[in-house]
Amino acid sequence: MNSTMPPTVSQPMVSIRNVRKKFGDLEVLKNVSIEVPKSQVFGFIGPSGAGKSTIVRTVNALEGIDGGEIWVGGVSVHGPSTDLNRLRANIGFVSQSFNLYPHLKVLENVALAPIKVKRQPPSQAREYAASILKTLGLEDKMDAFPTRLSGGQQQRVAIARALAMEPRLMIFDEPTSALDPELIKEVLDAIRGLLATGITMLLVTHEMNFAREICDSIVFMAEGEILETGAPEQFFSHPQTQRARDFLSAILNR
Amino acid sequence: MNWSVITQNLPLFFTGVRMTLTISFLALLVSIPIGVIAGLFRVSRFRLLRVVSAVYVEFFRGVPLLVLLIWIFFVLGRFLRLGPYWSAILGLGVFSGAFVAEIVRSGIQSVPRGQMEAARASGMTYLQAMTYVILPQAVRKVLPPMASQFIILVKDSSLVSVISIVDLSMVAKNLVATTFRSVEIWTFVAVLYFCITYGLSQLIAFCERKFHMDH
Ligand SMILES: Nc1ncnc2c1ncn2[C@@H]1O[C@H](COP(=O)(O)OP(=O)(O)O)[C@@H](O)[C@H]1O
Ligand SMILES: [Mg+2]
Repeated sequence: MNSTMPPTVSQPMVSIRNVRKKFGDLEVLKNVSIEVPKSQVFGFIGPSGAGKSTIVRTVNALEGIDGGEIWVGGVSVHGPSTDLNRLRANIGFVSQSFNLYPHLKVLENVALAPIKVKRQPPSQAREYAASILKTLGLEDKMDAFPTRLSGGQQQRVAIARALAMEPRLMIFDEPTSALDPELIKEVLDAIRGLLATGITMLLVTHEMNFAREICDSIVFMAEGEILETGAPEQFFSHPQTQRARDFLSAILNR
Repeated sequence: MNWSVITQNLPLFFTGVRMTLTISFLALLVSIPIGVIAGLFRVSRFRLLRVVSAVYVEFFRGVPLLVLLIWIFFVLGRFLRLGPYWSAILGLGVFSGAFVAEIVRSGIQSVPRGQMEAARASGMTYLQAMTYVILPQAVRKVLPPMASQFIILVKDSSLVSVISIVDLSMVAKNLVATTFRSVEIWTFVAVLYFCITYGLSQLIAFCERKFHMDH
């Protein structure tokens, strides 16, 4: 190796440090810390009400925090002078309820933010939007209104809409929880397809097999705390805490 | 019954209709921007704007239009040298604007929260999200109640005769006073008001269909 090469500073993509969050009197996040290196996929699992949604939503400031700090790509998310719109433009967010814009056709759903936020020329934005939709197998749906699509198709459009901004980080909050079982696979395939791009991902999910397959690390949360973090093999084969063992046996014996 | 009182005075009725239409239309032009702005203020993040809007809406919903028109004409109108015509338009406009504001607010709030969230998560500013995501959806929801509100506005405009505007109902009152043919005159005037409001509701129904076709 060439010794004159500058040392690579490997700054994490997401750095969550001692984050605390309350909803009224309820402590939803109690001193949560996680480092997510670039190009890694972190799976967040745990029982309902654990704070999984809340923690990933603080990463793009859809929720505020009451303590600690969060850094994304070297930017302090909750810092006083942060340009949140600019930060969010680099973070794709896909939630359980697709939230497509019902008054716009599929192609316009995907091209809207690139045109308005990134100020791309509309023709260029639409062209890129069409190419993403094509990769996700939606080329024949571009002129349809979202309500005409199946849940799986809608969620893939939502993924395309997030990808159109060329984000450096993708956040998925239970992307398949609102879907009928037979539609889950197409959405998981779409997410799996992103692995090759090397994009960093935070994935909240109840799909244990999928998490085990694609995640570099699993974060197990309960009652606002991280109880375990580790490689998927280790977590699923040898959970360290009783809480995780109970959770896994409950969910796997469903 | 003797309908000749109508046929002989048709031009008079039509000046009345014209005044009613003009005043209603100009009041409408006043009430829409006021109502939309007040409606947007009502859902704003800023407490001050919410309070200002709430005070406006509550005040003008709570004062009878008749009292408001007289007050604007005799107090504010005198102070600002408005005259009956502009007093009537201002009075009707701000009165109706309060109801428009409530319609706009409920239209915005009828759009699911996830829409604003999705738009903001993609990096849009609050104003961009409102403009490109929330309001286009709210417009579809507010058209029917807005139509009712404009029909009410036309009918309410009959009150402006108290500040000596010669609108359709004032024409009728004057004619009845000189000819005593109240049955024929008020019947005809009722039909004229109905024609105006029915035409208006057809026009709005047409707009609605057009919106839905675009959908
Ligand atoms: N906007 C909110 N207001 C009040 N409580 C909330 C709100 N959002 C979430 N919570 C509460 O915070 C806790 C964690 O919620 P959440 O992060 O959604 O959990 P998870 O996604 O793990 O199921 C739950 O007890 C939930 O009821
Ligand atoms: Mg959740």
